[in-house]
Amino acid sequence: MLNFLEKNLPKIVLAPTTIVMVICMYGFIVWTGLLSLTKSRMMPQWDFVGLDQYRRLFANPRWDVAVDNLFIFLILFIVIALVLGLLLAIFLDQKIRVEGAIRTIYLYPMAISFIVTGTAWKWILNPGLGIEKLMNDWGFVGFEFRWLVEQDMAIYTIVIAAVWQSSGFVMALFLAGLRGVDENLTKAAKIDGASTIQLYWHVILPLMRPVFFSAIVILTHIAIKSFDLVQALTGGGPGYASDLPANFMYTFTFNRAQIGLGASSAMIMLFGVLAILIPYLYSELREKKS
Amino acid sequence: MMGGVNIISMEKNMKNTISTLAATALLASSAAVSAAEVEVLHWWTSGGEAASVNYLKEKLSGAGVGWTDFAVAGGGGENAMTVLKSRAISGNPPTAAQIKGPSIQEWGDLGFLADIDGVAQANDWDNLLPAVVSDVMKHNGKYVAAPVNVHRVNWMWSNPEVYAYAGATIPTTWDDFMVQAKKLQNAGFIALAHGGQPWQDATVFEAVVLGVGGADYYNKAFVDLDMDALDSATTLKVFETFGNLRQFVDANSPGRDWNVATSMVIEGKAGSQIMGDWAKGEFKVAGKSVGTDYVCTAAPGTSGAHTFNIDSFAFFAQSDAASTEAQNVMAAEILGTDFQTVFNLNKGSIPARLGVSRAEFDTCAHDSMDAFVSASASGSLVPSFAHGMAMSSAVGGAVTDSATNFFNSDQSAADGVAQLVASIKAAM
Repeated sequence: MLNFLEKNLPKIVLAPTTIVMVICMYGFIVWTGLLSLTKSRMMPQWDFVGLDQYRRLFANPRWDVAVDNLFIFLILFIVIALVLGLLLAIFLDQKIRVEGAIRTIYLYPMAISFIVTGTAWKWILNPGLGIEKLMNDWGFVGFEFRWLVEQDMAIYTIVIAAVWQSSGFVMALFLAGLRGVDENLTKAAKIDGASTIQLYWHVILPLMRPVFFSAIVILTHIAIKSFDLVQALTGGGPGYASDLPANFMYTFTFNRAQIGLGASSAMIMLFGVLAILIPYLYSELREKKS
Repeated sequence: MMGGVNIISMEKNMKNTISTLAATALLASSAAVSAAEVEVLHWWTSGGEAASVNYLKEKLSGAGVGWTDFAVAGGGGENAMTVLKSRAISGNPPTAAQIKGPSIQEWGDLGFLADIDGVAQANDWDNLLPAVVSDVMKHNGKYVAAPVNVHRVNWMWSNPEVYAYAGATIPTTWDDFMVQAKKLQNAGFIALAHGGQPWQDATVFEAVVLGVGGADYYNKAFVDLDMDALDSATTLKVFETFGNLRQFVDANSPGRDWNVATSMVIEGKAGSQIMGDWAKGEFKVAGKSVGTDYVCTAAPGTSGAHTFNIDSFAFFAQSDAASTEAQNVMAAEILGTDFQTVFNLNKGSIPARLGVSRAEFDTCAHDSMDAFVSASASGSLVPSFAHGMAMSSAVGGAVTDSATNFFNSDQSAADGVAQLVASIKAAM
């Protein structure tokens, strides 16, 4: 008995989690995949119609907007958050005073939910309430900053808010990485006459590769599941100009009684995530082994 | 109740239970077998609405029926519908739920609704309810839902002082609206108080459709979804007019809530707002009186017509007799004159049934009642598509998408028509 337990304890302890994971993640992925092949409207129903829902999805102009927005958001958000986070980390790493306090300030936005971030930025960016009004009141009468209410620019306000929230977190990741760099390496580089820029570009940044890896995976994640931020900041508006696929999926599945169409959009989102992450994971993990 | 059941079954399994546990089980089980009660799903959680629901609760407790409140907040009821679906699928639906328009038919088709024809016949609903209303409440010829009110959506709420100051008059046609709105704008006012949320864009769009195209066109294009009527010169004219309104809305409108837009009219910053009769509540709360501080007129070009939006409770099939009995009592109370009067005074709408005294209602409500009767005779009583009365939620959503996308972009009228037609086809 004891022997059996000793042998199998890890498996027994892990089993419930594994079962829940298999059912709640992979089981529901399969279920959603099946639903996307049916003509389900208000309730799931099992009349299979092949790829009909996918055809309807790609014919929907609102879906096009949502996908375009996702690409804009994904690229800008990840690049800006990475660059800002890295710069903040490098500056903080220069052994400055009150580093702890500054670090906390930059990291703090991560502690609030996207709903709060979205609501706050909604007020800040509202032309009649926030920055524009402030500048006008200060005497800059011609000043205009109304991205929030412009159809073409609304998606960029979401980038601003998301970067504000997440770059502190990226900074923390990089800071941890920078602290782990062997001082002998930097000293050796300096003795060889490397300038600070050369030092960072040729020695330290290549060492940060695993940090880039984790940061990109986490940011991609945040970007693709961004739903609450859009909901709070723009409500998908003006019109549906700042919709992201997650908002599209929610609207059609739950508000519009088109579960089949919603499921097909969810599957496309899943494929999108896999298409980005699998090659990246593959190349990163393979190199580590060799 | 669930706790009680668990404890009882435990008691059966383990014969030597501790006495305290048994006592708890007894207490719990006696609570579970209480008198008949109704569980009602609704999303009327804000001030006046909550008061209205409370009144129904009191009426029912007077009749010996208990009330379990199942309120799921969220203006348009999307959250409530999500909860309702999961409850219905798991075989545990509430007694009644706030469902309206074509959705009643969707639920009926799925076989979830209760037949309350017995109550309806006993109380002569066929003669109390206008045919337009009772049609919505029936599934396969049997009553499955009870109406609580009729909203008129095609209202325009105006501030007469603003108009007087700008030397303008309150317009009665859309052509005239453009002229008067220019005057308001030149005098430094916002002509049209508007909240740029999709459903509000659709509400204005709907008023333009009715005002420009008339009731026949409205019915053909937006109720019967006739493609020839949709892809026509009239629709082009509708989009041109709708597009002309863009210039009269202020830049801050996107995302604004409807009641904030109403307060712009109340405060004299804006001339008019096009909104259903629930806007009246905002004027009342602000202590304004009708006729002097604010004026209600039909949206331009729609006088005599009536775009209706009916709220109703649909009843779900119950498994035991006591619940069915309680359900019947509730259905009868909803159509009672007492409830219809109090509820609608609170909500700004008009009673859904005939034979309710008009004395307590104000002039706007009287207008709405008159328009309801005369429009129903002349055939210009039309269901509001912006509020889910005319189309399935899929098609309704497609229309809302097209309207809101057009209004918030610089899309040409011709492109607007093309997108409308294409997206309706795709959603059907």
